[in-house]
Amino acid sequence: MKSLILRTVAPLLIALMLMFSIFVLLRGHNEPGGGFIGGLIAVAALAIHGIANGVETVRRAIVFDPLAIAGAGLLMATLAGLISLWMQVPFMTGIWIEPSLLGQKVPLSSVMLFDTGVYLVVVGALTGVVLALEERGED
Amino acid sequence: MEPIFAILVGLFFAVAVYLLLSKFIIRVLLGVAILGNAVNLLIFASGRILRDVPPVIGASLDMSVGPTANPLPQALILTAIVISFSFFSFLLVLSWRAYRVLETDNTDEMRVAEPEGDAPPPLRY
Amino acid sequence: MAVSSVPVDLSAAMVMTPTALVDWLIILPVVWCILVGAALMLVRRRVQAHARLAIPALALLVVMNAGLLYHVAVTGPVTMVMGRWLPPFGVAFTVDLTGALFALTAGLVALAGSVAALDDVNGSGRRYGFYPFLMLLMAGVNGAFLTGDLFNLYVWFEVLLISSFGLLVLGSERRQIDGAVKYGFLNLMATTLFLIATGLIYGVFGTLNMADIAIKVQAAPERAPLMTLTALFVLAFGMKAAAFPVNFWLPASYHTPRLVVSALFAGLLTKVGIYALIRVCGMLFPTSLAALSPVLSTIAVLTMLTGVFGALAQTDLRRLLGYLVIAGIGSMLAGIAMGGQGGFGGAVFYALHSIVVMTALYFAAGLAARAGGTASLAVLGGIYRSHPGLAALSLMLFFSVSGLPPFSGFWPKVMLVRTALDGGAFVLAASLLLAGFLTTIATARIFLLAYWRPATDETPPLAVVALPVSVLLPLVGLTALSLGIGLFPEPLLALVRVAAEGLVAPADYIGSVFPDGFPVAIPGGAAP
Repeated sequence: MKSLILRTVAPLLIALMLMFSIFVLLRGHNEPGGGFIGGLIAVAALAIHGIANGVETVRRAIVFDPLAIAGAGLLMATLAGLISLWMQVPFMTGIWIEPSLLGQKVPLSSVMLFDTGVYLVVVGALTGVVLALEERGED
Repeated sequence: MEPIFAILVGLFFAVAVYLLLSKFIIRVLLGVAILGNAVNLLIFASGRILRDVPPVIGASLDMSVGPTANPLPQALILTAIVISFSFFSFLLVLSWRAYRVLETDNTDEMRVAEPEGDAPPPLRY
Repeated sequence: MAVSSVPVDLSAAMVMTPTALVDWLIILPVVWCILVGAALMLVRRRVQAHARLAIPALALLVVMNAGLLYHVAVTGPVTMVMGRWLPPFGVAFTVDLTGALFALTAGLVALAGSVAALDDVNGSGRRYGFYPFLMLLMAGVNGAFLTGDLFNLYVWFEVLLISSFGLLVLGSERRQIDGAVKYGFLNLMATTLFLIATGLIYGVFGTLNMADIAIKVQAAPERAPLMTLTALFVLAFGMKAAAFPVNFWLPASYHTPRLVVSALFAGLLTKVGIYALIRVCGMLFPTSLAALSPVLSTIAVLTMLTGVFGALAQTDLRRLLGYLVIAGIGSMLAGIAMGGQGGFGGAVFYALHSIVVMTALYFAAGLAARAGGTASLAVLGGIYRSHPGLAALSLMLFFSVSGLPPFSGFWPKVMLVRTALDGGAFVLAASLLLAGFLTTIATARIFLLAYWRPATDETPPLAVVALPVSVLLPLVGLTALSLGIGLFPEPLLALVRVAAEGLVAPADYIGSVFPDGFPVAIPGGAAP
């Protein structure tokens, strides 16, 4: 789309949305938010990028093949569930550690790894669909 | 609350079925989208409706205070939304492709896989 | 919030005993398929690596499923709950003999398919992602067979459905898109019906765990809409299984994709519907299913007849096989309609046989079409002359699918007919035999026209085509399996009897989910 207004506003909007998507992702589990909704926000950002600057730019920006990103996310989510194999608890049990970083307790968990996996699956799969649709629209 | 939801669900189903009965693929697609929402509402209503209390346990509490809304239907609906959303996007792309490739959006005219006037098999050896 | 810092008694809500390593077998087939599928998606561009990764992975899946079957056969049904939450709150994977038998057979067929795809799926098909989709399809199929939670079953249905979409349009030919439209919309309708029924179940019983539902159904009040629920499930799963009035998507789509994809679909997908019908309606709602028996019997008879008459009317080899799939579904439905140990046992056995034989038949048909240069019965001819080995294999499979001894199709048919005669269901017995007879005619006609008759003038020149070993090998393997089951049916028969016993009286199944008895008291009140 050849709109000067959109192209000018797009970088600002995209940066804001991507940041917000990560905020929503990390906020998840104990508060409303999570990987799925975060991923959707990121996809919306990429879709705007695609509308403003063309599909090729988006493909270059995300570096990897969208489906490969989804695959990585799926792998990550499944492995997060498998961590419990070593702890002798059933599949997908949430396991938490709280290492101290600079005197600050940082709660890390398999749940977060799982959520990040979901985030990547959503981003990968839906970006693939969105880009395919936008490509059709262009010709 | 439930009776209102029941009527609403019924309306959604009626609209969805009406659209699904159409020959034209784009209407069927809209019917699918509405059907998905009808089912979500149905699940929501079958989980019993309680107003105003989100099922979130506050900070520094181990248990919620007083009754809250049932979180399970919400989880089910979220899953169902994700799935119906992905299906809808797939079917949307597929319908678009079908329209481009088969040059029709009328399902009656989609006879490429099952051509009309197919000859019967040889009846004698 | 770390779990360990919360000062409450967790034993009321969580599994406290450490999970034994052998229990991981319950979930492993599903997790393994997802892991490998995800890894294949990661290396999507390196097409050469796909087959090298997927075939050993599926071989390992067969080993896992065999191990799971052995474990279940020895110890009875086993359960693992996700995320440590006690059932009915945690999603439970519960495996009994029925599920394990189905999973093992599905694994074998998928392995055969992955080998056959070496030749059949070309470079573009693999770039598009045949093997990743296959792995995810198997994750869905295994998940459906192994789960013990109704909503989870729905999720696995969707997983296998969405991977099957991917496989169906592999290649994006006009025919495929046409077939995929019908397949896509109608299957989505079926899963939505399933979801509606699941939502209503939750509304009525407040639980989605199958063992929990099985208990609560027995104590259900008079006004509980059990019949409505059962009817909805029968419609939803019947649509998935291609039962009579809702079967038209199958012959419209199954002949369009790549050969391997057709073969796998014909083997696996409809049987997942049958499995779900047996599991949900047979195990959870036995009384209302018994009340629906006349309806189901009618559907079964009509499905069988639609299948065989459709098969008799087809010219295209693969479309003909699509109707034979439907005829087989009719026989399984007959078993479900009769119910009881004999009926369910017969249906399960028939489904296992059908998974193997239908896949093999599609392979054989594909090779015949390759050898003859066309899939049209009007033109095909002379394959017996040019490829006697293929003709022999095909003939064996035709015998098997028609239910003639000494092949695997014979025993389930015997079981079903005998149950029908014992139960006084003479119409069902007669239609089972009639369907078998007409299937024999339909397959005999294929053999006569495509194989036995000398090459016609229209037949493209023969004898130059060398058949690919990678398709022949799985074909031989599956045919040998069918012959083996036919010659030595006792071990499988014994397993199927125990499996059916477990479906009729699911005490062990329930006991594996609730080992400490039921109900589990939840301090602080249950769900509102």
